Amino acid sequence: MKFKCAELKEYEIVGRPLAKNDEKMPVYKMTIFAPDEIVAKSRFWYFLRQLKKVRKVNGEILRQTEMSNTSPTKIKNFGIWVRYDSRSGSHNMYREYRDVSRTGAITQCYRDMAARHRARPHSIQIMKIEIVKAADTKRPVIKQMHDSKIKFPLPHRILKFNKKSIFVADRPSTMRPMKMGSCDTVETCAVEEAWGLCE
Amino acid sequence: AVVSTQSTGAHGDDKGKLVAIVDVIDQNRALVDGPCSGVGRKDINFKALHLTPFTIPIAHSARSGAVRKAWEKAEVTKKWSESTWAKKLASREKRSQLSDFDRFKLMKAKQARNRIINIEFGKLRNAARKAKK
Repeated sequence: MKFKCAELKEYEIVGRPLAKNDEKMPVYKMTIFAPDEIVAKSRFWYFLRQLKKVRKVNGEILRQTEMSNTSPTKIKNFGIWVRYDSRSGSHNMYREYRDVSRTGAITQCYRDMAARHRARPHSIQIMKIEIVKAADTKRPVIKQMHDSKIKFPLPHRILKFNKKSIFVADRPSTMRPMKMGSCDTVETCAVEEAWGLCE
Repeated sequence: AVVSTQSTGAHGDDKGKLVAIVDVIDQNRALVDGPCSGVGRKDINFKALHLTPFTIPIAHSARSGAVRKAWEKAEVTKKWSESTWAKKLASREKRSQLSDFDRFKLMKAKQARNRIINIEFGKLRNAARKAKK
């Protein structure tokens, strides 16, 4: 189906069933993550049809806006509630991702689900995405990043292909002096900021 | 936080710029900011970074203003441009920008230098030969 783009976009879509006479029809709003507008609309109707008695034929989209990133420079922990169809049934999941944006986290989620569970995007439904405070995160992969003095080496560094040396006599060395250390010095900073600040 | 240069052209126009690692997003990405080198705060893969030996004392996820202050106080740009690494990059850059006339001049300059060296070498060699005899 979809999702081959670099990053998904977040759309807020508002739609309602068509009003026959002057009767007031309920209006429904959904947040859809999709690669483009058209897919977003399609998914909107897909979900709405499942939840309410509306079909695209009998309905109209009132508004579709692309939601922009609220704080693209703040690192956040996202908790994503997913429902997906595996080969033998449907399951709920709670997954956590660390990213700078909601769309980034959701994109990670889709890629991750595909990798770990062979779940195709059409069988994944994002139920909810929320920013989670560092203290409330559950997954150890995420929790291990909550270290203000985080340090790790980058061993076996394969640098991007250098056009100069496509054929070399000896194997290039992957031992490059790279050790990631974040904020080792505490002198200037008296107070440690709480990790995972909510927006 | 560690200062590093951005190496490759995923973010093509930011290639080779100095940037401070402000925070770590996950195993592959860092939050990076270069207020003094014109790089906006963004997330970037470690693969696109080369660590330099310079560090600046900032808290993790410090804001751009704080990063700038610490950067300027530590005089990172100055120290960087004085480092051999930066000089090598600069000379590499210069070499690639040479015009044909520049290359000609370079050839002549090298020739002149090598002549001086070889004359001296010749003198030493003759002296050694004489000493042997």
